[in-house]
Amino acid sequence: MQFVRLKPRDGETVALTIDGRSVEARAGDTLMTAILLHAPALRRFEFGDGARAGYCLMGACQDCFVALADGDRVRACTTLVAPGMAVRTGTRDV
Amino acid sequence: MSDTRVVVVGAGPAGMRACAALVAAGLTPILIDEAARSGGRIYQQPPQGAARPGRELYGFEAAKAARIHALEAQLAGRIDHRRETLVWNCFEDALDLLGPSGPSRQPFDALILATGATDLALPFPGWTLPGVYALGGAQIALKTQGCGIGRRVVFLGAGPLLPLVAWQYVQAGADVAAVLDATPFAAKLRGLPNMLFAPATLAKGAYYVARLLAAGVPMAWGVGGPRAEGDGRVERVHFVTAGGDARVVACDALGASFGLRSETQLADLAGCDFVFDRRTRQYVPARDVAGRTSRRFVYVAGDGAGIGGADAAELAGERAALALAEDLGLPVDVNRAAFLDGRLARLDRFRRGLETAYPFPAHLLRDIGDDTMLCRCEGIAVGALRAAARDKGAPELNRAKAFTRIGMGRCQGRMCGRAAAELLAAARGEDLARAGRLRGQPPVKPIPMIPELLS
Repeated sequence: MQFVRLKPRDGETVALTIDGRSVEARAGDTLMTAILLHAPALRRFEFGDGARAGYCLMGACQDCFVALADGDRVRACTTLVAPGMAVRTGTRDV
Repeated sequence: MSDTRVVVVGAGPAGMRACAALVAAGLTPILIDEAARSGGRIYQQPPQGAARPGRELYGFEAAKAARIHALEAQLAGRIDHRRETLVWNCFEDALDLLGPSGPSRQPFDALILATGATDLALPFPGWTLPGVYALGGAQIALKTQGCGIGRRVVFLGAGPLLPLVAWQYVQAGADVAAVLDATPFAAKLRGLPNMLFAPATLAKGAYYVARLLAAGVPMAWGVGGPRAEGDGRVERVHFVTAGGDARVVACDALGASFGLRSETQLADLAGCDFVFDRRTRQYVPARDVAGRTSRRFVYVAGDGAGIGGADAAELAGERAALALAEDLGLPVDVNRAAFLDGRLARLDRFRRGLETAYPFPAHLLRDIGDDTMLCRCEGIAVGALRAAARDKGAPELNRAKAFTRIGMGRCQGRMCGRAAAELLAAARGEDLARAGRLRGQPPVKPIPMIPELLS
């Protein structure tokens, strides 16, 4: 995992899967937060080696696009996590 | 006048103050913003469910943030607030929008662009590794999510955001491994006389540095040669001290950026003239003191019009709204306009001092090798840009873009454009202004392929 929750909070839990693995997020987490609390990266870099884990967190750099199982691609830093989201980072063997 | 279509783009301090002044003038502005809640980036509110006390989120600026957020409630019903809506194109008299209910076109009679700024990114070896984030991004993770970008964090920068974010991380309980300022300490003293024009802001900056030092956080000024390394993610940061010593710090995250850059794509698409701002080394929309651009009934305010900070953005937003009202022939409080002009002039003096205290760290680009990635979207190296400038004779950025694809990726040059201009000018031995600027292209941000948009 890349992020660390410095300010733990209560609230509704939200279940999602990352590369098939079930994890829990909190309501109010962005998809980026939800993923990076449990995984080291968001996606594979499509123009070269390595993985990407986002950069600007303000919807400008477009580095944090992630693929969802339904084929959608969303910008993880400006998308709130929702129950049942299935993320495919494709980074397990990077 | 109520049928005059006035659009404000951006719900940060400039856009919100503009809306309030437009409402006071009897207008009903349409406010468009990508976020669900007001505040922009500086006063960004956490999503529902992630709320925390304002003092924890915004520190000394909590009261200002609260006032901007309160404006949203006060203006409810008197403005048409289009939330979570992207403006992806701008014509002479209309905007293309993409919102929760799909795409639409919004005609306007007058337009205030309060589009803000992003971190100024500069490439260095390893800056695309997982765990390396923009400094402002590191702050947003903490502010809106209560999360740190890592457990042991190095911060690297060349602006006043550096000590602030580092101190916020210390306060939140993160292990801050080092704070590396790419600008020399002596520059802070040179900037002092002008920074006294906003003594409170100056005092806050000094406070963050003092607290970091008191907390025992290692700090260094005038650093060069930063390099992030690690196996698949950042694990250490190399740098060279002002004295020329090579150092390395172990970490699992790096927050690094080097100032701010204005978001100007919509002003460009609106057809506004641009001028080179030597102080911030970027092209900005040409404007008068009130924010009038070269295009009649198009105004700019806040950091999107040139970097001035949040306090100046509030004043400039209101000032642009007064100019707009005046241009529509509505009665305007001229004393208020003069007051705003005076305040803005003082803050401009402060900003001049701040830019002296945090000069552009040109040495970082001079030192980087050809193999460093410049375009993080498509993995194009610095060497490609230098070759286009030197060998293929690209005299300015748009020509270099055609040769190299620099600026054609998903970020549309937001993350590489400024560095590309600096590198191009340096490679050609020419003044930075001659490198020009990447022309804005619609869509200014990626949009999904929606059938209605293709017809």
